[in-house]
Amino acid sequence: MSITVLNPGLLTTVQDQGRWGYQQFGVPVSGACDPHSAAMANIFVSNDPGMGVLECTLMGPQLRFECDEVIAITGGDLSPSLDGKPIPSYAAVEVKAGQTLRFGAPKSGCRAYIAVAGGFDLPKVMGSQSTYMKAALGGLEGRKLQKGDVLKLKAPVATFGNIRQRFISPEFRPRPVYTLRVILGPQDDAFTEKGLADFLSSEYTVTQEFDRMGCRMEGPVIEHKNGGDIISDGIAFGAIQVPGAGKPILMLADHQTTGGYTKIANVITADFRLAGQLKGGDKVRFEQISAAKAQELLRCQRASRKLLAHLVNTH
Amino acid sequence: MDEIRFLMAGDSALVAEFGNAISPAINARIRAFNIALEQAKLPGILELLPTYRSVMIQYDPMVIGTEALKAKLSAIAKNLDSIAIPPASVVELPVLYGGEMGPDLAFVAEHAGITPDEVIQLHTEPEYLIYMLGFTPGFTYLGGLNEKIHTPRLTQPRVKIPGGSVGIAGSQTGVYPIDSPGGWQLIGRTPVKLYDPNRAEPILPRAGQYIKFRAVDQAEFDEISRQVEAGTYQCVSYPRKEAE
Repeated sequence: MSITVLNPGLLTTVQDQGRWGYQQFGVPVSGACDPHSAAMANIFVSNDPGMGVLECTLMGPQLRFECDEVIAITGGDLSPSLDGKPIPSYAAVEVKAGQTLRFGAPKSGCRAYIAVAGGFDLPKVMGSQSTYMKAALGGLEGRKLQKGDVLKLKAPVATFGNIRQRFISPEFRPRPVYTLRVILGPQDDAFTEKGLADFLSSEYTVTQEFDRMGCRMEGPVIEHKNGGDIISDGIAFGAIQVPGAGKPILMLADHQTTGGYTKIANVITADFRLAGQLKGGDKVRFEQISAAKAQELLRCQRASRKLLAHLVNTH
Repeated sequence: MDEIRFLMAGDSALVAEFGNAISPAINARIRAFNIALEQAKLPGILELLPTYRSVMIQYDPMVIGTEALKAKLSAIAKNLDSIAIPPASVVELPVLYGGEMGPDLAFVAEHAGITPDEVIQLHTEPEYLIYMLGFTPGFTYLGGLNEKIHTPRLTQPRVKIPGGSVGIAGSQTGVYPIDSPGGWQLIGRTPVKLYDPNRAEPILPRAGQYIKFRAVDQAEFDEISRQVEAGTYQCVSYPRKEAE
């Protein structure tokens, strides 16, 4: 009842919807960089959306299944295949004991998520299975997967009666969009009119400095009124920090809890799925919307997940 | 006291800002607000993150709307004076100063033009206010270091500093909760684990509390280390006497 890691890929970690409740103690929330895709993967295999999944980065792992299990892959398209045959994403897939899941060239996005029916048999540390590597916390021994690791499965499932109904047709699958919608603040008043206008009208390119903590971006300088430093305050997922040099940094799941740079805006929750899929070279724009609109989009996203879970579990 | 200012941090977080300075008075208000907010148990609030001069409130906008939340938070802030706030506690941390544990104690003394014993005396005197935690799990931002022992950082940071190391950097003092790289001047080490993910209470210090360092000798350090390993050590903690 396990999976053997034949090759760990570039960076594969266990992540769930995050370690909440400890930010006041300096512990980042962590969790999936694209939390929507992680939740979706779980739903296809009848897991609770908050369960731990594997987050694979650009070059996915090679995993041999030692028992029958149903899996689902979502997020970026990293060309998954089973014993050499391509398999669909956004669908439940039967894997037989002895079969090997591999990934090929990354086609779109940055991170794919693998959910296994019944979940991984790993302890929760401080309430979560999410891996935070800097403090060796959670996941498998607090680190990324390495060759030879054995991932125990909690309650593998050989198949589901309605396995052919557990998919979304391609036209409804999430697709990459490179406009991130934002709400201005908390420190938008630290920028000049020109700075704000440039931020909202220019294209920014993700540099090669991108990881689970955040993405540094290159593009027109965003002008401050009086420099980019503030007395350190709290940082939320999706915050866009602009230090004195005027280049934005988009904060992702492993971001530090506090920081001393001005934050011009925050990506809306419904667009974290886009933020968590950015990689070096991607070009993005920022579009300002109201909080009310953002919350309505979040409501729609959550409703779509509820509906999918309902369909999967009752038909 | 000035009105609090609400700042938007996305669609699911608000920042309640109490001022624009690092001061014990502002931090005391934040502590009171945080306690009142925890007591109020408002539905939809996910997490509170107090910092130097603000509290970030993360919430579920499907449960409580932004405007409704602001109204509730304003009401709580207005009535802070009417609720009973317990005195902040002081947590005592035993420290073995100098030697292998504090390789930079001599430099700090030399920089200040005093003896190492005087550095220890000045460092153990104050009750340091924990303004906030951040940087790494369990790392405290402390206020109150005596100016005489302010010391610049190392010009060449160390690659690995053992967890428990007590250091000075500029006007700050603090404890490294876990092994990490860093450029602080190390003056000693505490055997107490500020951070242990497998403990019921993973992180000991809390924002708004105070830390007082107490110098111990090698024998006591070893004894406390044994108790910490056995999971039986309890930090000495007492309510702080408010200044007149």
